[in-house]
Amino acid sequence: MGMTLTEKILARAAGRSVVEPGENIWVEVDLLMTHDVCGPGTIGVFKREFGANAKVWDPEKIVLIPDHYIFTADERANRNVDILREFAQEQGIKYFYDITDRGNFKANPDYKGVCHIALAQEGHTRPGEVLFGTDSHTCNAGAFGQFATGIGNTDAGFIMGTGKLLIKVPATMRFVLNGKMPDYLLAKDLILQIIGDIGVAGATYRTMEFAGETIEQLTMEERMTLCNMAIEAGGKNGVVAPDATTFEYVRARTSKPFEAVYTDADAQFYSDRCYDVSELEPVVAKPHSPDNRALARECQDVKVDRVYIGSCTGGKTEDFIHAARILKGRRVKVPTYLVPATQKVYEDLFTQKYDGQTLSEIFLGAGCIEPAAPSCAACLGGPKDTFGRMNEPEVCVSTTNRNFPGRMGEKTAQIYLASPCTAAASALTGYITDPREYLA
Amino acid sequence: MSALIRGTIFVLDDNIDTDQIIPAEYLTLVPSRSDEYRKLGSYALAGLPERYGRFIAPGEMTTLYPIIVAGENFGCGSSREHAPIALGAAGVKAVVAQSYARIFFRNCAATGELYPWESQNRLCDEFKTGQEVSLDFAHNQLVNHTLNQVYELKPLGEVGPVIDAGGLFAYARQTGMISRS
Repeated sequence: MGMTLTEKILARAAGRSVVEPGENIWVEVDLLMTHDVCGPGTIGVFKREFGANAKVWDPEKIVLIPDHYIFTADERANRNVDILREFAQEQGIKYFYDITDRGNFKANPDYKGVCHIALAQEGHTRPGEVLFGTDSHTCNAGAFGQFATGIGNTDAGFIMGTGKLLIKVPATMRFVLNGKMPDYLLAKDLILQIIGDIGVAGATYRTMEFAGETIEQLTMEERMTLCNMAIEAGGKNGVVAPDATTFEYVRARTSKPFEAVYTDADAQFYSDRCYDVSELEPVVAKPHSPDNRALARECQDVKVDRVYIGSCTGGKTEDFIHAARILKGRRVKVPTYLVPATQKVYEDLFTQKYDGQTLSEIFLGAGCIEPAAPSCAACLGGPKDTFGRMNEPEVCVSTTNRNFPGRMGEKTAQIYLASPCTAAASALTGYITDPREYLA
Repeated sequence: MSALIRGTIFVLDDNIDTDQIIPAEYLTLVPSRSDEYRKLGSYALAGLPERYGRFIAPGEMTTLYPIIVAGENFGCGSSREHAPIALGAAGVKAVVAQSYARIFFRNCAATGELYPWESQNRLCDEFKTGQEVSLDFAHNQLVNHTLNQVYELKPLGEVGPVIDAGGLFAYARQTGMISRS
């Protein structure tokens, strides 16, 4: 009997020829990622359990990325970045993307920004490998045909010391998407559609594998958006089969060898769902749950106080290009916050052009707030002085990933999750707006 | 493991996510530091909507409710281990939910902070905050003393002994999976 892509990766990592869903197996870890929120606790567990003088299992297989609470006066948040730095120096960690000058992030060439996008841009997301990260959106890297999932500090501390983890092999739910993507639809619409169909616990303990001709046409950034939100359906990981698009992206960023694997024709799936994307429409997830789906055009009476474009899910270069398509030559009616995921995305805003203008010229011309320093920012609320944080019970249309009560700060704030196109269209009217109104 | 845990319950609905269990602004607290561990406990469930009432009384560090009863998908959202830790530090011994999000469930076992029991049926509509219950580990039962009813739970299975031991590392040492030093 055949295996799925995820089963094959886990079998290789376990040194076995075959694994089956439900089995508990020890896997060898290719990469462990942690950040400023969970890194200090992970380091604490590692030292407590392996000793104050213990050495990590492999200083080249740990990636430390400060990204969550960077541009804040919060002393404990700043201390947590210092803890990462001290540990990186002590252990000789090869990949530590440090920031020391918070007043001017551009003065820190090593600083990247949001970990999931930084991992991809720095060549750490490689087909066939096993990545664990102390962040639920680690599943983002499944876009590269990698097994990638989020874990807690204790499991991460265990990996730091041993390079191994005991995990359960997930069964795979396959989502086959066919048809040509209309220009008003983005991967964000596809994943919100799917989460709306299966619910926020619809993929708990399972893999979400995305396949079909639509997926093959998607760019790497769009595939990331899709896999990034697998966790919002409870999924253990999301995955897309690697192809020429994947190899081109990865090989441009790393010379490290990797071995891609693919789902067998006779693999067994927990479930199989098919979509014709040409029939889908732009959607939003209404408060307070990512599966509370509605058509954007059905929400046109919802008055919006602000729009937020940012995060690992919706703050990549292409996300801003899609927003610029809508905003060019027009004026926003509500405060519109732009938070590039990484320093590279930030640079792209000032160098990449759409229809003759740079993205930042388009945004500033439209009256958006100047692009902020790259970080997780208000996606998860954070310290009170976080850029874009919801401090009032207002309504926000956001390209982020989660809208449970209090996710962006104030617990009575109402967050509507949407694609960059829908977010931009909503900024122009001050109401939730279907982007087709601006894409003639 | 205690054979029995008795106490008052705090009742929650479905999809109580990690931001409601421990809001992101408190994630600067590092759980492996004992003073910050206790402080995390004082913010447990601080992100809940007001309708639930207060889980921890003003000025207190711990809760009067050692058992939480909840609906489906408890602990969904983030991978932050601060979530089970905040509950454990607040004095929660067990959650009895209809179902759990995967990472939260795993983090309960990894930290050994609390027992994630699953109920056979939906209890959160029937139970009310402040009712007195006993969790009977030997019989996989929850007794609601206020309603005078007994409810069946799903066996804890493999995670029971891990939490009994005090978490992943303690269990691994106890069973010889890693060295005792």
